[in-house]
Amino acid sequence: MNTAFWALVRKDLRLFFSDRRAVVVGLLVPIICGSFFGYLFGGRKGETEVSRMLVLVIDQDQSDVSAAIVARLSADKNLAVKPSTLEAAQVAVRKGKATVAIAIPKGFGAAAGRALFYSGATKPELRVLYDPSHAMESGMVQGILSGAVMQSVSGEMFSGKGGREMVNQSLAEIDAAKDMPGADKKVMRDLLGSVQALNQQQDRAQTAGQPQPATGMSMPYETRAEAVTSGSGIQYNGYAHSFGGMGIQFILFMGLDVGIRLLLLRKSGLWQRLRAAPLSRSVLLGSRAVSAAMIAAFIMLVLFAFARLVFGVRIQGSLLGFLGICAAFSLMTAAFGLMVAALGKTVEATRGISIMVTLIMVMLGGAWVPAFIFPRWLQKATLVVPTRWAMDGLDAMTWRGLDVSAALPPIAVLLLFTAAFGMVAVTRFRWEADG
Amino acid sequence: MLEANALRKSYGKVVALDGVSLRVGEGETVGLLGPNGAGKTTTVSIIAGLLRPDSGEVLIAGSPLRGDTDPIKRKIGLVPQDMALYDELSALDNLSLFAALYQIDRATAKRAIAEALDLVGLANRGRDKVETFSGGMKRRLNLAGALLHDPQILLLDEPTVGVDPQSRNAIFDNLETLKQRGKTLIYTTHYMEEAERLCDRIVIIDHGKVIADDTLAGLHRMLPVTNVLAIELETPDGLRLEQLRTLPEVQSAEIREGVLRIGVHNLAINTPGILKWLAEHGHPYQHLGSERPNLETVFLTLTGRSLRDS
Repeated sequence: MNTAFWALVRKDLRLFFSDRRAVVVGLLVPIICGSFFGYLFGGRKGETEVSRMLVLVIDQDQSDVSAAIVARLSADKNLAVKPSTLEAAQVAVRKGKATVAIAIPKGFGAAAGRALFYSGATKPELRVLYDPSHAMESGMVQGILSGAVMQSVSGEMFSGKGGREMVNQSLAEIDAAKDMPGADKKVMRDLLGSVQALNQQQDRAQTAGQPQPATGMSMPYETRAEAVTSGSGIQYNGYAHSFGGMGIQFILFMGLDVGIRLLLLRKSGLWQRLRAAPLSRSVLLGSRAVSAAMIAAFIMLVLFAFARLVFGVRIQGSLLGFLGICAAFSLMTAAFGLMVAALGKTVEATRGISIMVTLIMVMLGGAWVPAFIFPRWLQKATLVVPTRWAMDGLDAMTWRGLDVSAALPPIAVLLLFTAAFGMVAVTRFRWEADG
Repeated sequence: MLEANALRKSYGKVVALDGVSLRVGEGETVGLLGPNGAGKTTTVSIIAGLLRPDSGEVLIAGSPLRGDTDPIKRKIGLVPQDMALYDELSALDNLSLFAALYQIDRATAKRAIAEALDLVGLANRGRDKVETFSGGMKRRLNLAGALLHDPQILLLDEPTVGVDPQSRNAIFDNLETLKQRGKTLIYTTHYMEEAERLCDRIVIIDHGKVIADDTLAGLHRMLPVTNVLAIELETPDGLRLEQLRTLPEVQSAEIREGVLRIGVHNLAINTPGILKWLAEHGHPYQHLGSERPNLETVFLTLTGRSLRDS
């Protein structure tokens, strides 16, 4: 049994490596795709530039407040702010050249100042034009814009020229107001008088050349973003995920090819020769499964070796766990290929259907984009897909840096899928050669 | 050596074999002759264990074939009709694999491979990839692949399909050598010349049934005519075959490949009357010859159809 079994395995490996051009292309394509997706999804920290979002600003107000708002927006590292006109901004957003445009209308600064003190005052409107395909980015810009407006308006009202004029004007209006209750007048006079006193104190300090403290409102907190990885100093490496994903995709395609070749083999004289020999069915199918699994493991290891050498991808977690997941996924791929051969009738129909199934498995498994981007329900639903377990397992062993215990559930699930696919393959395989 | 009893096999509603039986003695060469779709390959596939019959049994040296791993399979060597070779591998690698399928140890396999390559005249091409071989060379290597485990019975399923006459002769030479070595050969073909040249006995199959099983001489005795007059007419247009067949000299008459073939009992006595009739009916001839009746004629006599037309 052993002689024939290993002779068949050796034959499959020889056939695989005999076409060197196909081997090189078969490795090169996932490497190129993995490099591309890895770069897009963050690459190595510091390698990729932060892509700034283009925001057009139409400053029709031309006030100190609007100038301060534009300055604060421009200072944000996520935004690339450019002045524009309303018409040009509308065209740019509609064409997708700019993500968001903000129109600051004439009189915005003064009206916003009044609205800051009097809740009954008419609030001025800021027009935010956005590309509907970038709704998430629009929300982010509106958040940044709120902070910039609050700081700019309150700063101007408490210490700016316009604010001082408004305080003086408001004091005069309060004194002249006949319908305002006396108690209310006193409260408003005290409030605005305090602001006036603060302004005068700042003027004196400025004359004396003393440093000025920031005035107006400011954000009452600071944020400190910290990536939680396997250890201090270890950064997320987008290539770890992309190479795992592309490895899974192209290994599945290899498994598909195994199935298609087996279908073709059944129609050939070779199948008759193999079946005429005193070999058990387990030797015939098992040898194909083992050789396919060995080729799959080889592809995965070459891809990660490349990612290690060129992009610094490391197995931050358990090497044993990583190898275990690679082995389990390789076996599952081999069983998948055999199942394709068992269920397929014609080569053409089988190829079409199985490519579709493979691509769906790859997509839902998070090989193209990480599964954490999926909606919550989809994250749960995709747990029925074996590729999802393989991806999560590879992520856990690479950039998440988890220990071997985190590899055990994916390995167990992948082996269960292997058993299920293998069972279907053995029970449904049509052993008699096609006549 | 080999016995097939009442083999039946259907594919859905299509009956491929309908009670085929045959016996082949040790060292005998038996031809399975029949048109495409007659059931020859199905018969061979059942004997080789590739197909399970719906009913009937196959005995190899008195024992039935039981299961995929039955050691009795080692007594059989199969040369499939379709090429059973890996083009990407060398001839040696192909044969090494085929030897391993029969658990042959390395030293024995090496010797067997050398002998097989020598027999088929490819000893100097062993290290070359099969994809560089001509069609005829591949056919010979296909034969070599079935010899490595030294089987007593060789099942040859149309082993000369698509090869040039030179390679066909080379394969015949190989088979005659194997025959001399005492191998039992079962040879399927729809080429009557091959069966006539090689086989001790011929089994004619049509529509899944054995319609004749005899030696070549025995089959000839089944024929109502013993000679065929082959006449190339200047123009066969307008020739009334039905009228010709009414002549007392004529046993049978047909036009095949532009040649009028007339079956007669005695060439010397019957030919003048036929030629006179043709001249009187405006059909002068260009060339006149005679043929011995062959398997084609036998098949035609038995089925009413020619091998090629079936």
